[in-house]
Amino acid sequence: MSDPLLTYLLRLGDDSLILAQRLGELVSHQPDLEEDIAVANLALDLIGQARALYAYAGEVEGRGRTEDDLAFLRDEREFFNAVLCEQPNGDFGQTMARQLLFDAYRLPLMDALTASADETISGVAGKAVKECRYHLQHSITWVVRLGDGTEESHRRMQAGLDAMWRFTDELFTGDEVEATLAASGIAVDPSSLRDPWEATIKEVLARATLERPVDPRQRGGGRQGMHSEHLGHILPEMQFLQRAYPGQSW
Amino acid sequence: MTPEERFEAILAADEKVEPRDWMPDAYRKTLIRQIAQHAHSEVIGQQPEGNWITRAPSLRRKAILVAKVQDEAGHGLYLYSAAETLGISRDELQDLLHAGKQKYSSIFNYPTLSWADMGAIGWLVDGAAITNQVMLTRTSYGPYARAMIRICKEESFHQRQGYEIMLTLANGSAEQKAMAQDALDRWWWPSLMMFGPPDAESTHTEQSVKWKIKRETNDQLRQRFVDATVPQAHFLGLTVPDPDLHWDEDSGHWRFGPIDWDEFWEVVKGNGPCNKERLAHKVQAWEDGAWVRDAARAHAAKHADDPMEVSA
Repeated sequence: MSDPLLTYLLRLGDDSLILAQRLGELVSHQPDLEEDIAVANLALDLIGQARALYAYAGEVEGRGRTEDDLAFLRDEREFFNAVLCEQPNGDFGQTMARQLLFDAYRLPLMDALTASADETISGVAGKAVKECRYHLQHSITWVVRLGDGTEESHRRMQAGLDAMWRFTDELFTGDEVEATLAASGIAVDPSSLRDPWEATIKEVLARATLERPVDPRQRGGGRQGMHSEHLGHILPEMQFLQRAYPGQSW
Repeated sequence: MTPEERFEAILAADEKVEPRDWMPDAYRKTLIRQIAQHAHSEVIGQQPEGNWITRAPSLRRKAILVAKVQDEAGHGLYLYSAAETLGISRDELQDLLHAGKQKYSSIFNYPTLSWADMGAIGWLVDGAAITNQVMLTRTSYGPYARAMIRICKEESFHQRQGYEIMLTLANGSAEQKAMAQDALDRWWWPSLMMFGPPDAESTHTEQSVKWKIKRETNDQLRQRFVDATVPQAHFLGLTVPDPDLHWDEDSGHWRFGPIDWDEFWEVVKGNGPCNKERLAHKVQAWEDGAWVRDAARAHAAKHADDPMEVSA
């Protein structure tokens, strides 16, 4: 694998962009106007994080690739997002399950990265951490409401959680990329995020009267560019104009 | 002074009518109809632009587009709040929309077929909307006027970003320029129709002007929009799709050819290219979300006495 810092930045940026892309599909489809606004807000924050991370990744790589080159001109195997981020929206329960599982990981991650030895990363994290705090609060609110709402909402929320659960181990599984960078204080060892994540999830599930899913076989691979079938549909849609009309300004 | 006299005095003095003031039933009904139509337009307006969020050609454009669509949902919220001051709830208004008993702007019944449509909508559709809304910042009903002031600020940003998309495309490759021209060809006439039927045929205009709900007529606003927009099209190097368009030295106006009012009325009646899809999408989202809203209510009822549980 190439420069570990480049890979790390792409892993962080790809999580942001691919999840933003999924959330962007939901605008105007939400249960009410307030949630249309909220989902747009989540997407907007994540796009902003992706842009900052890609811009820096391009700089680190030193081959003149821009944020848009990285977003629109890489193919599936060169994307390093966790497979959780590319999972379909499903119903509102599944969307919120995916969001809670992600936000409860992303907040402590960004919080820890505010102390990164890399100033650009700590700067990005300093802004992102405030956004992540709001995102987590939003997803907790909904998971609790739905879990402890009606019989139907409880059933749907549990189903969403069960469906998304098997993509969570990957969030805490690092490799030599994180190990190298964590040793120099640049990155966070993902396994160190499991405890705060477990604590949040445990508390939320209790309030929501939901069951912790029985650990099924976990599914990862995204961090190494091995994705579920979904990413291969997200990318052509997202990259359509850049691919169909190469080399133009928009 | 009788309530009627007091109402007339407020209008005569160019002051604002406020929710607690007496007002004629017909004034209230006209406002509810107009504000609701405006709110519904913002909400339905999320769809044609939302159609390109996942396909925006750069991350910057994607962020701007998401922010713009988000603003529209926000405008819907302020406007429903303004309508609620007249004694009707958001849910009631939405039911009327879903039942086809209230309208939204017909412009949103046209499809967005290329990226250039994001430019044309910002430039032309938001441009036309602003022309109308700037007038409405001076409308006689206070809550509506105040909502409009806030909305106009955001709309002018929308209009600029739309024009900037058009400018980028018009200065781009031959394919991009063709995309921009095609968008102008498709959006020009529907944008002119946004101001509503000609004054002679407008059933609401005369009374609305008397009540100072509207301060200018449909035809006056339409002419102002054309005068402002034609030079912008020329600057882009694009051709306005109207062979009769010409500069009239005497009046100082751009004179335009006949508008196809048959098309306008067909779209108003529900026979435009996307009327069925737009409304079906809206109704589907609402029905799909019923269990979520029920859950939120049930949760709030269970925890009504527990302040820690009542989170935003």
